[in-house]
Amino acid sequence: RILVYKTLNHNMFSEVPVAPPDAIFGVKDRYVKDSSKDKVNLSIGAYRTNEGLPWVLPVVEKARNQLVNMGQDYNHEYLSIDGLSEFRRVAANILWGEYAQNDNIAIVQGLSGTGSLYTGAKFISKFLPGKSIYIPNPTWGNHKNVFTNSGLEVHEYAYYDTDTNGLDYDGFIRDLKNAPDGSVILLHLCAHNPTGVDPTAEQWQGIADIIQQKDHLSFFDTAYQGFATGDLDADAYALRLFADRGMNCLVAQSFSKNFGLYGERVGTLSAFTNSAEEAEALNSQFKRIIRVTYSNPPSFGARVVAIVLSDPELFEEWKECLKIMSGRINDMRQALYDAIQEKETPGEWNHILKQIGMFTYTGLNPKQVQSLIEDYHIYLLSTGRISMAGITTSNVEYLAQAIDDVVRANL
Amino acid sequence: MLARIIQRQSNRRLSRNKTHTNTRFIATKTWSKVKLGPVDAILGLNVAFNQDPNPKKVNLGVGAYRTNEGKPFVLECVREAESAIFKGKNNHEYSGIGGTEKFCDLSRELVFGPDPDLNVATVQTISGTGALRVAGEFLRKYVDHKDIYVSDPTWGNHIPIFRDSGFNVKTYRYYDGDGGLDFEGMIEDLEEMPENSIVLLHACAHNPTGIDPTKEQWNRLSSLFDVKKHIPFFDSAYQGFATGNLENDAYSIRRFVNDGHRPIVTQSYAKNMGLYGERVGALHIVARDAMELNALDSQLKINIRPMYSNPPIHGARLVTEVLSNPELKKLWLSEIVEMSDRIQHCRHRLVGGLKNAGSTKDWGHITNQIGMFCYTGLSMEQVDTLVNNYSIYLTKDGRISIAGINDDNVDYVATAIHEASLIEN
Repeated sequence: RILVYKTLNHNMFSEVPVAPPDAIFGVKDRYVKDSSKDKVNLSIGAYRTNEGLPWVLPVVEKARNQLVNMGQDYNHEYLSIDGLSEFRRVAANILWGEYAQNDNIAIVQGLSGTGSLYTGAKFISKFLPGKSIYIPNPTWGNHKNVFTNSGLEVHEYAYYDTDTNGLDYDGFIRDLKNAPDGSVILLHLCAHNPTGVDPTAEQWQGIADIIQQKDHLSFFDTAYQGFATGDLDADAYALRLFADRGMNCLVAQSFSKNFGLYGERVGTLSAFTNSAEEAEALNSQFKRIIRVTYSNPPSFGARVVAIVLSDPELFEEWKECLKIMSGRINDMRQALYDAIQEKETPGEWNHILKQIGMFTYTGLNPKQVQSLIEDYHIYLLSTGRISMAGITTSNVEYLAQAIDDVVRANL
Repeated sequence: MLARIIQRQSNRRLSRNKTHTNTRFIATKTWSKVKLGPVDAILGLNVAFNQDPNPKKVNLGVGAYRTNEGKPFVLECVREAESAIFKGKNNHEYSGIGGTEKFCDLSRELVFGPDPDLNVATVQTISGTGALRVAGEFLRKYVDHKDIYVSDPTWGNHIPIFRDSGFNVKTYRYYDGDGGLDFEGMIEDLEEMPENSIVLLHACAHNPTGIDPTKEQWNRLSSLFDVKKHIPFFDSAYQGFATGNLENDAYSIRRFVNDGHRPIVTQSYAKNMGLYGERVGALHIVARDAMELNALDSQLKINIRPMYSNPPIHGARLVTEVLSNPELKKLWLSEIVEMSDRIQHCRHRLVGGLKNAGSTKDWGHITNQIGMFCYTGLSMEQVDTLVNNYSIYLTKDGRISIAGINDDNVDYVATAIHEASLIEN
């Protein structure tokens, strides 16, 4: 059969340009294509074992087995628009602690963190028109996309201090003050991506003070609860502080990293409101957005999380898993730092130890990064962000030497 | 230190009452203007049904297949696929913005048939709805007009999806008001439309009417689309469900492609693999050539990334396993036949039941219509009677899901529909 495409047909797509590959996934794609045996993937924020392999948490395996053992009772029926109710309950508990018991918390299941950010962004553009959103400089590469895609005007607030490799607290406060009253402020709950720099408890209180004075709306992104300190409640400190002060906020929650469920897309969008009625109103509007985007969320991942978090034994076991993961990351921070110190690599490097969570903002410049990729087959983002989970006892020395080389090469 | 701060604040929190009013700081009025949204029509029916204590209640609302025992049907091929996947100790890593290549290839082949020369940009999506939404977002960016045409009637969610994507949703005539297709009206409306209009078509088993064009009618439509240079957009949620035969049910799409059109196709595995809640689907756009394919593929991914980054893998894994394993695929084909046969059987039983109940009306449309749904022709008042007096749940447009019928309830349903049909409008 010969296919004849009629030239009379539409030309609608003839002007569609080829889009550039995604900044983060694009780097990973290059890594996959690289045939060097020395290659190291420090690009994506996905946990790896010391063998450089993905880790399926034992509690996840147990939950999967439970599903199978349910036999006929385990099916693939639609969840409701706001997802699995048991999942919402346990997810709220993890995030809000005691505040979860109150009826002023609105919560819906979402497509992991990104999907929940998207629903929140759509909600803001529909119901809080004219609001701009302020995101930290720098922030996760996809944040700006999510918000501009929903029609929100995006501005930045000062965050990272390149001189100290720490928090530019004064700049942060200044920009919060200068933003028009009632602006939306995106905050990373803990383990800031990409810098690993988090405010201290005292700084969070100062931030909360300004946000209250200016009547800003906080939008927390929490993708690493449990990964920062290994303690769930400590990692949620800022949120509980805000809740205690009765501050309205939105929260996008992801179980990608802390459950290793990346591709199953498990998360929630929740809100701290002033009353049960408001919570109900928000839930209903979140659902309307979800219904015209994808109808209802995927079932499998939510079930796994619900099984684990509602079983006291599995819950404890999960917390141990968090300690294992955050512990290994801290070990690698120490190992990299030690290796660099040993080589007496020029520059200040203790930010490797001070920064928190999955990522380190190395401070390497784009030329140095390019050399790492092209000459050493070490894959990281052009911003100099490395994922600590990609480091192992087998490659840390190689990495340290490569960093030493590119720094000394005066690129 | 942190723990102590948290504890102190928890203690303060506990001493307040449940509905929080913070008098220390001015409570923000952030949400005060947010109104309570309306309950979703179709899914709200389930809630009402669940709460109904009547032991004779029947749910003819949502289009989810049920066995003759009224239970959800987990296909055996899916069960075996899942068992294999769990045994394989797979991880849960991200699958890539457009899903895996294997899944996309298999999905493409299912819709278009094996055709290595066909250039199709394919991305995995969040079932059919997600495919529609991504298509809507993408099309709005590249089409210079703002209109999309859907059948009157169409699936309830089509309209808000496209509206939210920024389209003016217009309709073309479809249902003739009397159980059949208003084909001449449809042709007229297609001729009236401006050239290059985007026209949404149901590939088979039209939802909600169950009325499909015949093959000859599809052929005529293809010619007309050529003359008007319209853009065919097929929604394929029931491939396999209409006739139990995959090729048959893809006739419309393949005919158009054969004739040289480059359709957009949204595909769902919710019904034909019973994977409803796992949200597995795909969006296909037939491209002019490999270059256009590449451009389309990259732009679809650009649209997906800010919405949810990448699609859920579990359901896609199940589909991949079933479609790529010859034994499982064979099993699947037999299970599709089983499902569509049972639906056919219920249609006939229902008509029989109506006759036995004493109805003299012409219920031929029940057996003429095809797929999961039937447009009964009942009015809103008659529908209300069914819901309120008989605890039989259906949507206000008179649409029933045949899969909700079984040997135990068919006579009750038939009698109730007969009695409701006697009520004056």
